[in-house]
Amino acid sequence: MTRNSIISGIDWWTIALFLVIALFGWLNVYGASYTFDQTSPFDLSNRAGKQFLWFGIACVLGLAVLFIEGRTHEVIAYLLYAFWIVVLLITPFLAHDTKGSMSWIDLGPLKFQPAELAKMITALALAKYMGRFDYRVRSWRDLVVPFVLLALPAGIIMIWQSETGSALVFASFLIMFYRFGMSGYVLTGGLSFALLFILSIRFGEVPLPWGSGSVGVLLCYLVLLAVIVGFMLLHERDLKSTLILCCVVILAYAAGLIVNIWWTVNFNLVSLIALVLILLYFTGVVLYRRRFIMLLVTGYTVLALLFCEACTIVFNKVLQPHQRTRIEVLLGLKDDPAGAGYNVNQSLIAIGSGQFTGKGFLKGTQTKLRFVPEQDTDFIFCTVGEEWGFLGSAGLLIVYLIFILRLIYIAERQRDNYSRIYAYCVAGIFFFHLTINVGMVLGLLPVIGIPLPFFSYGGSSMISFTLLLAILLRLDAERLSKWQ
Amino acid sequence: MGSVVLVVLVFISRLFWLQVIDQSQKAKADSNALLRQVIYPSRGLIYDRNGELLVFNQPIYEVTLIFQEMRHGFDTIAFCQCLGIDSLEFEQRISAIRDRKRNRGFSTYTPQIFMAQLSKQDVASLREVSYKFPGVGIRKRTLRGYTYPYAAHILGSVGEVSQADIDRDKYYQAGDYSGRDGLERTYEQRLRGEKGVEVIMRDSRGRIQGSYHDGAEDVDAITGTDLHLSLDIRLQQLAEECLHGKVGSVVALEPATGEILALASSPTWNPEILVGKQRSTQYNILLNDPTKPLFNRATQATYPPGSTFKTIQSVVCLQEGGITPRTTYPCSGPGSSPIKCTHHHGSPVSLLNAIEQSCNPYFWCAFRDMLQKEGYGDNNAVFRKRFNLWRDDVMKFGLGQRFENTDLGEQSAGKIPLEREFNRTYGEKGWKAITIRSLSIGQGEILVTPLQLANQAATLANRGYYITPHLNTELTNSPELRHETDMDSTWFNLVAQGMHQVMTAGTGRWYNIDSLQMCGKTGTVQNPHGKDHAIFIGFAPMDAPKIAVAVVVENAGFGATWAAPVASLMIEQYLTDTIRRKHIYNKMVNAVLEHPSEQQ
Repeated sequence: MTRNSIISGIDWWTIALFLVIALFGWLNVYGASYTFDQTSPFDLSNRAGKQFLWFGIACVLGLAVLFIEGRTHEVIAYLLYAFWIVVLLITPFLAHDTKGSMSWIDLGPLKFQPAELAKMITALALAKYMGRFDYRVRSWRDLVVPFVLLALPAGIIMIWQSETGSALVFASFLIMFYRFGMSGYVLTGGLSFALLFILSIRFGEVPLPWGSGSVGVLLCYLVLLAVIVGFMLLHERDLKSTLILCCVVILAYAAGLIVNIWWTVNFNLVSLIALVLILLYFTGVVLYRRRFIMLLVTGYTVLALLFCEACTIVFNKVLQPHQRTRIEVLLGLKDDPAGAGYNVNQSLIAIGSGQFTGKGFLKGTQTKLRFVPEQDTDFIFCTVGEEWGFLGSAGLLIVYLIFILRLIYIAERQRDNYSRIYAYCVAGIFFFHLTINVGMVLGLLPVIGIPLPFFSYGGSSMISFTLLLAILLRLDAERLSKWQ
Repeated sequence: MGSVVLVVLVFISRLFWLQVIDQSQKAKADSNALLRQVIYPSRGLIYDRNGELLVFNQPIYEVTLIFQEMRHGFDTIAFCQCLGIDSLEFEQRISAIRDRKRNRGFSTYTPQIFMAQLSKQDVASLREVSYKFPGVGIRKRTLRGYTYPYAAHILGSVGEVSQADIDRDKYYQAGDYSGRDGLERTYEQRLRGEKGVEVIMRDSRGRIQGSYHDGAEDVDAITGTDLHLSLDIRLQQLAEECLHGKVGSVVALEPATGEILALASSPTWNPEILVGKQRSTQYNILLNDPTKPLFNRATQATYPPGSTFKTIQSVVCLQEGGITPRTTYPCSGPGSSPIKCTHHHGSPVSLLNAIEQSCNPYFWCAFRDMLQKEGYGDNNAVFRKRFNLWRDDVMKFGLGQRFENTDLGEQSAGKIPLEREFNRTYGEKGWKAITIRSLSIGQGEILVTPLQLANQAATLANRGYYITPHLNTELTNSPELRHETDMDSTWFNLVAQGMHQVMTAGTGRWYNIDSLQMCGKTGTVQNPHGKDHAIFIGFAPMDAPKIAVAVVVENAGFGATWAAPVASLMIEQYLTDTIRRKHIYNKMVNAVLEHPSEQQ
């Protein structure tokens, strides 16, 4: 394989998009950390200068990786993974407390966060394991090892280093699992559990307007019913049973409402009775028709019921107070613009004040005057919103969209599983970061401190994202030559 | 792939909502980062008719604290000593500043007002050693200052705006000053000027970060417009000195222009005491004073005009044909009926003698004949028509109504009784001239203010018209202030002749100055609550009047004794610019007449 074929095989579109995002990001780091005693964006004493230095280092490292043969990473993937698990484990001993998180290692004047690079190393290990020629997802057993590979670093980062945000990013690998044969029911199940969690926390304490019982419980039962009805209609194609189920529920509630005229009825109990009737029906069907798949639905329902109960306990007993407050503020249970909601509130003010065309580069008052905390790292998107307006921020989102779509396109065109799986991991990671970060800044998702790729200030994230991308580009460049 | 596009679309629509549709974030951003610091304009000055400065602005000082800078070794006790407060007060003030409910703009990084309205002397000792106290600043604002301790009722005062003012006029903010009463209130709009603003950027901790857009959005303050009054402060001073120790009022007008030369009400106060931090305490003292100093007697108190009303009565009776210049009536002195005469003079009396001697029977007869001239008619209708004619004529002298379009504060309308009031008491047929005989000599149901009395004197001086009394010389030429009586000037000349005789030979002769051609009329008003009120109206010189005066001294006794000398001194002062009759001046200034409220 010649050097020329590598250069000609490199996806220059991706590199162009990377440069656009990174340089625009550097400009905004300069904007966000700019004070009125102006210094040059190249001055190393300020954050913009450092960011430029990080950008340079990342480019050099990325370029170096582009010249390393793709197979090298595949060969050392497990070794790297094992080594990095050790690094993650010893990090808290070398780290000092940064806002409650024990994930930063001091290297002289620089600080380094091993968790950032863990994503790339996990992606490599997963790609190696799942990319084996004989690997297929036939049953849930085939997913055990990948889940362990994923959960190990995530668990260490979340529990051992108290860095929830970085750990949550590992959930982005589920996107790849789904693409490679994990059943859609798992995702549906996961999403419905998230919904149940939100509903039971948000409406758990809201009493029903009639009888006794809570709105949250009723909504949770309705979600469960929707899942069951969906299963019956889409999977079993059994219209008759669906109608019977619906009738049972409606009759149960009607009976409850009628009795309620004379005695106060606990509708939590009514819902439970209706659900038990449905489960009995399922059991009957299983025994009569020998459709054991329907046991899955029964299991799911029982699990979901236990989960709803557990949610309240976990929320009130297990979560740390600041995490609880963040969730409460997001769900609208608490209004606290000066406290937990301060970041988001100020972020929305900054973005909203940008209007259609923005206030102009270096002219944003909200970010210049430091109303938005973390404005050059996690909340950097609001600097874009304020200074570049709707045009700039929507434009940036579209650039990210094109970038991620390009990564998916690259992933789809890979011929061997190893490259494809790795590419999907990369696309998933970028997508997850974009969604969580921008969703947080726009006040749509809870505050989870993860950076905007190539954009937020920070050496660890800039270097890890660049390396992540560089390996993908090398693998992509090799896709033609590998089989020659 | 679809989900990536979906997520980005959701984000873009959220951005569109925040940045393009919803405008509330923009406003929040401005209140966040921009500090609109008010630049206060200096208030317009007030001058008297001779260009004498009456009201000016004087600097006051505020002591401010920046809490953030105070952390490093702040010597509280020394600081308190400099300001003359104890540490308890210090603590109270600090916690008041920290209370975000009362002090919304609290920040530990910006200057917070610790004490306000301090004089130069109050801050002098602090200023010397302020370098010892980090975070302490001394800021300058302006308050009103007064050259003379007079004219408090007219000038009014400046104080902090009330919540009602803020709600009514968006110009004001809490802590602003505005005219609370008197001219300061009437002319608030022009005196206050226009506030300017300096737009300053501050960071999330409230630290000032420089001017916004290099001052492009700053607005300069516009100084208030000065006010030139018709008041003559020397005359005002004389009036207040003469009223010292008495209850009453003096009003002097320039007849040809309606300009108020002096308007004094006693008891009064030194306007200086309602300035600065003692304002509210002093105001409460004035408010609770039983002699009611805040009540402007010159425009708000009403009295029966007594014998001074005989001047109007003469003109009206001549005009409506009740009498002629040659009419005479017999007078039996104290034995007269139905009204006694209080003076001794010959009989029968002519009009001029009647005015000179203030003969009650003459004016009763003239009033009766004027009302009965056409008989009583069916159902008393002709008589009642004549009564209304009389009433309309009297009203033409400015009585029984408030002066419109002028710049005086509170006024009373006074009272000229209505036909229907007598109808109600006596029935339409039940009242005749004899029933309302006290009106003929200015007693009974008729009430006037001292200002109306002075205006009456001016109308007589002008021989038939008056210009609404006012203080701002800019109003003088406005046509809507001129009011005609539409009565023959012959009658006015006759009455002026009679009033001149009052001063040369009649009830005012002890206080006449021949060379000044004084005209006057005394009055002694029966007061059911105590001693009679002394009243005097007059003008001078007779042929080309330059000043018209009305004087009321409550519970003093004879008008000739207590009111006439004051009016005479006022005329002398104004026309000769000096007082030669020091003995009269000394007697009036030193005399103290007790107010009924003090006798208890």
